[in-house]
Amino acid sequence: MTAVDMTQGATRRRLAIRSTIQALGMLPILILIAIMFQFLSGYSQSGSFATAWADGRFMSWQNLSIVAQQASINTVLAAGMTFVILTGGIDLSVGSILAASAMVAVIASKIPEWGLIGVPAAILMGLALGLLNGALVAAFKLPPFIVTLGSLTAVRGFARLIGEDKTVFNPQLPFAFIGNGNLFGIPWLVIIAFAVVLVSWFVLRRTVLGVRIYAVGGNPDAARLSGIKVWMVLLFVYGVSGALAGLGGAMSAARLYAANGLQLGQSYELDAIAAVILGGTSFVGGIGSIWGTLIGALMIAVLSNGLILVGVSDIWQFIIKGFVIIGAVALDRYRLKGSART
Amino acid sequence: MTDAVPILEMRNISKTFATIKALSGVSLRVWPGEVHALMGENGAGKSTLMKILSGAYQADEGGEILIGGRAVTIKGPQAARDAGVAIIYQELALAPNLTVAENMLLGREHARGGILDRRAMARECAPVLQRLGVTFGPATLVADLSMAERQQVEIARAVHARSRILVMDEPTTSLSSRETEALFAIVRQLRSEGMAIIYISHRMAEVYELSDRVSVLRDGTFVGTLNREEISAEALVRMMVGRDLSSFYKKDHDAHMSRGPVILSVRDMGDGKRVHGCSLELHQGEVLGLAGLVGAGRTELARLIYGADRRASGTVVLDGTDITPKLPQDAIAAGLVYLTEDRKHLGLFLDMTVRENINLGVIARDSRGAGILNGAAARARSAAAVKALSIRVSTDMVNVGALSGGNQQKVLLSRLLECKPKVLILDEPTRGVDIGAKSEIYRLIDDLARAGVGVIVISSELPEIVGVCDRVLVMREGVIAGEVGGTTGTPITQEAIGAIATGASHGLAA
Repeated sequence: MTAVDMTQGATRRRLAIRSTIQALGMLPILILIAIMFQFLSGYSQSGSFATAWADGRFMSWQNLSIVAQQASINTVLAAGMTFVILTGGIDLSVGSILAASAMVAVIASKIPEWGLIGVPAAILMGLALGLLNGALVAAFKLPPFIVTLGSLTAVRGFARLIGEDKTVFNPQLPFAFIGNGNLFGIPWLVIIAFAVVLVSWFVLRRTVLGVRIYAVGGNPDAARLSGIKVWMVLLFVYGVSGALAGLGGAMSAARLYAANGLQLGQSYELDAIAAVILGGTSFVGGIGSIWGTLIGALMIAVLSNGLILVGVSDIWQFIIKGFVIIGAVALDRYRLKGSART
Repeated sequence: MTDAVPILEMRNISKTFATIKALSGVSLRVWPGEVHALMGENGAGKSTLMKILSGAYQADEGGEILIGGRAVTIKGPQAARDAGVAIIYQELALAPNLTVAENMLLGREHARGGILDRRAMARECAPVLQRLGVTFGPATLVADLSMAERQQVEIARAVHARSRILVMDEPTTSLSSRETEALFAIVRQLRSEGMAIIYISHRMAEVYELSDRVSVLRDGTFVGTLNREEISAEALVRMMVGRDLSSFYKKDHDAHMSRGPVILSVRDMGDGKRVHGCSLELHQGEVLGLAGLVGAGRTELARLIYGADRRASGTVVLDGTDITPKLPQDAIAAGLVYLTEDRKHLGLFLDMTVRENINLGVIARDSRGAGILNGAAARARSAAAVKALSIRVSTDMVNVGALSGGNQQKVLLSRLLECKPKVLILDEPTRGVDIGAKSEIYRLIDDLARAGVGVIVISSELPEIVGVCDRVLVMREGVIAGEVGGTTGTPITQEAIGAIATGASHGLAA
């Protein structure tokens, strides 16, 4: 090996290490918070530092499984949100789309013999609404914030309209196993969420479309000049976001055996956006990863669950969560500053 | 230069960024009352060195900065100002909606009980402005000033702050020749008053005209300093590039022998605003120059041919087929590609890797069906392109944004070449590119022409047009005003082109 080869090898290794650190991103913080909750939950139980770790209830399998289930729907929404934010856009309507899709899922589940159709129906409902968002953004060049702010409201109304503003029930929901069952001991909700993350990773990192999503987000003008059909990419990402919100709707309905157009999915879009941002995806587009989003979604779920275990009041939970989101992102920016372009 | 002590001495300055050594052991001595030019290719370390002087970066351990013989540590912009260092960047640091006086006194405003005392501020600034001989007053709004005048405001700010060292980073890039003359007059005046001026420039002529001494950096190291009488273009190029450039412009393809059939024919192209009824023909293996003043419509014409903008009229025939593109992808599919003049904003994806940037145009063609990326093909293409165009990177997995201008341009060129174009339109192919990369790009243009590709070169640098083109069309006010070279009988000279571009002569009808 010549000296040049060696320095090149070293540079490559260093780059590899750096990209690993960037991909890990918030993972160390997530683990830190988990350890902290284990201690605090033990301490609040027994009041003794000595046995705090052993008494902790956070890191039991049972509790971690609950956390994973709580994170699952937000993970699915946040995966779709990652696609949109990578193009430099935003989708504020996912909570409303989730509600409308859940309504469709429960209503369709009442069809005798064909009740399972509720799941694809919900996804299609979400896809249609997402494509509508995408068409408005791509074809009419309207700002995504405004388009999806509008559909946030309009789709919410639509969700109420579907069920005539009533809660719809189906105690014999044929796909209820999704919300409450396990496969080999792992909750279906968790399996679905993880599958969504895997497929998203594949699309973003292993397909032509994925490269184009990053390209459109990184530099839309250059993307257009290099012959990329920008409108198609935009249509796709809003479609994905809508379809995944639809899937989230089916998951919610499966958990509850019911759906309500007014309350379901209220402000879910904010948790989804928070997960994406916590995951290190840039708000201006072009930079970010789906694994970061997964960690971001887990972090939000860990916070909610941990604060309850420790016995923090509902009001303070909100305040603490807000500050953790800001603090974590600030820390992330500070950490990345050192590796900025030279 | 009779003073015993240099006003500025930088000793053994090194700077390492994460993985890259940007400067290693650079030393620089500047005396009061001299214009000291700092030259070097892009990425040679000039800007880094000056950012260390201005406190934007901190040098690695072991370096020293002495001002007026005393060691100083410059921890930030404020410390630099206190030490008597002022820097004028290419992107001027002025607040446009404040007045000249407010900008000059930014951070040191006169106020009585929190209310600005505009009259006192104007009183303080007026003499400085007068001394510099500028045509605007202290109460003028900066937004109303031209680029040249804004630069003068920055100079006035430095003079007012009693700076002893003034750094100017490519100050003439956006100035006309008359404004440049005015700037030089001010610089000479400041020099006679004992200020030391560090002048960063790529332009040989300016350096020759203005500077007392020239220091050259190459690859982050100090190459040497030339005194006034030693300065020559040959010596400077040799120092900057590290070798002789005997044949800087390369034109091995023979214009008359190799000129093939017409490959591109553009008829009556116009957008109804800035381009009107432009027609041109390009032959296989021909390098056609498109010259003209800035704003003559060259870029606009190229973008219309490429399908990037909406056209009002015109057809594009490539290789006998009407391809008149609606969108860039139509042009690319037909084999006509366009290199943008603004590679950072309109060309490259700075946050993506070199490999991704090179492959972006062909990933769909290379894909393994169902749109799944073919990593092996991408790796191979990228490795071949990096080698063919000698793109200098440690690995092609670094982000393009981290490369120097010349290497960025080569990456963008590689992407276009991967599309196997029949016609290549290059808009300012060597803008912001160092001398070494320039000569490599000229060689590439020559090679492409020899391989039968039709090349259109748009450039504002007349020596470049004269050096690489077989035939030149000159645009003026949105129309093709004349032609030189080729079969016109008029030889390609800067004078002939300049005369047509400014309207002094009509040349031969195109």
